[in-house]
Amino acid sequence: MSSVNSGYEGGGRTRALFSGLGAIGRVLSMVAITILGLLAVTFFISRVVPIDPVLAVVGDRAPPHVYERVREEMGLHLPVWQQFAIYVTNVLSGDLGTSVLTSRPVAQDIARYFPATLELATLGTLIGTVLGVPLGVLAAVRRGHFIDHLVRVVGLVGYSAPIFWLGLLGLLVFYANLGWVGGPGRLDISYEYMLTPVTGMVLVDAALTGDWAVFRNAISHIVLPASLLGYFSLAYISRMTRSFMLNELSQEYIITARVKGVSEQRIIWGHALRNALVPLITVIALSYAHLLEGSVLTETVFAWPGLGRYITNSLQNADMSAVLGGTLVIGVVFVAINILSDLLYRLFDPRTR
Amino acid sequence: MTGTFERTQTLREWLTDNEPSSRTQARFGRAYLSWRSLSRNPLAMLGLIVVVGLILVAIFADQLATQSPFIGGDLRTERLQPPSAEHWLGTDSQARDIYSRLVHGSRLTLMIVVLVTVIAMPVGLLIGTVAGYAGGWLDSVLMRITDIFLAFPRLILALAFVAALGPGIENAIIAIAITAWPPYARIARAETLTIRNSDFIAAVRLQGASTPRIIARHIMPLCLPSVIVRVTLDMAGIILTAAGLGFLGLGAQPPMPEWGAMIASGRQYIIDYWWVATMPGIAIFVVSLGFNLLGDGLRDVLDPKAAR
Amino acid sequence: MKEQAPLLEVENLNVRFHLRTGTVEAVRGVSFSLGRERLGIVGESGSGKSQTGRAILGLTPPPGEITADRLTFDGIDLLSIPRRQLRNLRGGRMTMVMQDPKYSLNPVMTIGDQMIEAYRAHKRASRKEAREKALEMLEAVQMRNPGRVFSLYPHEASGGMGQRAMIAMMLVTDPDFLIADEPTSALDVTVQQEVLRILDRLVAERGMGLIFVSHDLRLVSSFCDRVLVMYGGKVMEELASGDLESAHHPYTRGLMNCLPALEGSAHPLPTLRRDPAWTE
Repeated sequence: MSSVNSGYEGGGRTRALFSGLGAIGRVLSMVAITILGLLAVTFFISRVVPIDPVLAVVGDRAPPHVYERVREEMGLHLPVWQQFAIYVTNVLSGDLGTSVLTSRPVAQDIARYFPATLELATLGTLIGTVLGVPLGVLAAVRRGHFIDHLVRVVGLVGYSAPIFWLGLLGLLVFYANLGWVGGPGRLDISYEYMLTPVTGMVLVDAALTGDWAVFRNAISHIVLPASLLGYFSLAYISRMTRSFMLNELSQEYIITARVKGVSEQRIIWGHALRNALVPLITVIALSYAHLLEGSVLTETVFAWPGLGRYITNSLQNADMSAVLGGTLVIGVVFVAINILSDLLYRLFDPRTR
Repeated sequence: MTGTFERTQTLREWLTDNEPSSRTQARFGRAYLSWRSLSRNPLAMLGLIVVVGLILVAIFADQLATQSPFIGGDLRTERLQPPSAEHWLGTDSQARDIYSRLVHGSRLTLMIVVLVTVIAMPVGLLIGTVAGYAGGWLDSVLMRITDIFLAFPRLILALAFVAALGPGIENAIIAIAITAWPPYARIARAETLTIRNSDFIAAVRLQGASTPRIIARHIMPLCLPSVIVRVTLDMAGIILTAAGLGFLGLGAQPPMPEWGAMIASGRQYIIDYWWVATMPGIAIFVVSLGFNLLGDGLRDVLDPKAAR
Repeated sequence: MKEQAPLLEVENLNVRFHLRTGTVEAVRGVSFSLGRERLGIVGESGSGKSQTGRAILGLTPPPGEITADRLTFDGIDLLSIPRRQLRNLRGGRMTMVMQDPKYSLNPVMTIGDQMIEAYRAHKRASRKEAREKALEMLEAVQMRNPGRVFSLYPHEASGGMGQRAMIAMMLVTDPDFLIADEPTSALDVTVQQEVLRILDRLVAERGMGLIFVSHDLRLVSSFCDRVLVMYGGKVMEELASGDLESAHHPYTRGLMNCLPALEGSAHPLPTLRRDPAWTE
């Protein structure tokens, strides 16, 4: 549990404000260091690659002087720290290199594929949260009863089953055998180019343009992968909710509420869950971040044109700038989600204000 | 003159003796008590059976397998056969017996888990205890590095490393180990911080023990239980990550019978020949489940605070 | 003391917890009755004094089982009334103040909101009316600035402030009966007296029945009309607080001997003698 016990007793508003600013400054510097660290890791990886980046550009049969010129153009003759500085400057100015596979700038590719991943992971987290939190609450309240065991089983399966395998089985059962859902991809081929991209998220774009036929088709395609991701999110969220709720329900303020004659429903949903929400924010954010990760495998199974599939496709073609660019973006999103959860945490817990 | 008194103890009495006469006896006694509370948990025992089963299958793979895991039968007549008396779990697209491949694949799974643990656990333990014990700038630097590694999603970072090192099972193991140690370092550091200022460490220091000795002999052993619990809980994750890499074609290379790669090779036949991809998935699921159940049980026994 | 039907009647109250390791009998055959007066319950930790209070309010935690020949509040049988009715009674007519405001107040709700909730659980009132009532009550517990305390979160209040707010919250519905479970033991010595004085005045003004649970015999005897001494879940002795000196049960005498006296030397320091036979 969080045990933030600020010592001041009211009235210290200005001091609180200053410590708040200090905290923001600390968070920002932490973020800067972490992102620099991420860059160092991706840079390091790009240096240990056994592929000669010059050869990848000039080809095997280039004469030595061409090879040398390209090598110099790429800055590979400079000392490592200088190369790193150039790398950092490039990345910060939005230059992630050019993809060998698509021959477009990697940043452009990522901007194009990321919305699909975001759409999938967001829907998955939504499903996981909307179902997982109430399920966890009920499991804690009815400890040892049916629903508690259900949450345990759901959690164990979620922690133990390979996501790509469940995805394949899902396609086999719900698409091939039952025909309830659309198959791989985001849309049927006939709908593919009917939509002008605005946000890049098919559901949002279809809703914005009022194209409900496309919207329905998109739903039929996203429902299976989103439910699958949602299931893994639910497994984690419901289990954590249960344990936070058990902790809160054993606190003294619950007895106070009972003494006050407050209804049991209000005690559970108003008092205990309101307190459990504080650590739950971190859990939900973490689950969201992990779904972005899980999307690598899910997108492969469902032929979902997102960032995860972009990374794996590039990987199989030894397209290192694309791989590292994608890795970096996911790392930065991870960091961003962490900061967001930290801010929300402060919002929900008066003790940290 | 004092009379010597002899009493024959049963093994159980020796183990549950409240006044152990030697360190060994105390240690065995503790282990016995832990075992007793673990064995009362049926789910944990199920997990243990699965894990022990995995080890036995890996050891006796040659005896248990009915056919060669590498060489298939007649490609014209024995490809993609459904489960039958001859091929218990059917055959794959190369006419190989899936059951035999799964049995041999257990060796790969076990090897991955063991090697990742053997690499990642000492690294995490060392970094965590040193950071926690030393404090100051060394702590800040080490923990910052840990946080940076934690900031990457595990599978993605492993992917990037495999991309750099090249596909293959050894590189997959190294990549997973590189992504696995940070949580252990965090836990070891947290434990170290609570131990560091205790009186017995002060006493050892007064006796003139060197810092490395204190860390190695006094702090690390105390951090070990919580790290072991975490590692056990992580093993399912390691198996799943390895299978994921295999599925993406970045782990074990064909024709090795790695379970994740087997699912990938059955993927294109999933609609007509469901068993090819389904069977290895069941194997992964059962083994991960076993490690998860065992890990949960161990946590309840060794770390009652966290058990809920 | 006025003669009237007792507010609370307890006869042969038992509280048992059925655990896997066996049955724990927390309260065993406790009987007493209470009018609009003050009864102290004294005992060490584990004597069943707190569980007695919780059982009266119907707050015994799950594996616990309550049995009694009689357990009535103002003639209402607490063991047989529906849960809903018991809940209306609780907070409305009977209430409790617990030990430590640090834990007994909800950390993510302002003190004011918690008071409004307590009031509105029992009275039909708008938020505005409830707020008025709460501010009034905060003034009654001698908050210098009720409006400010109203909008504070529990962690922003000091211990003494928190406990006064707690008392205000629990009395906002004008209950007839209050259990004060070690209301001052978590507080600084300097504010203990102040909180007790406020509690004393409010109980007297409103003519409430009070059960004061404490481990402190001297405090209880100065605060209450009668004292119940408990040990091992059983009542050892019941005394008027004036008759403390004439207590004859060895356990009570033992407790009294443990109080430090200014005169005379106490060597060796007295220790509490416990006789297993008492709990037979």
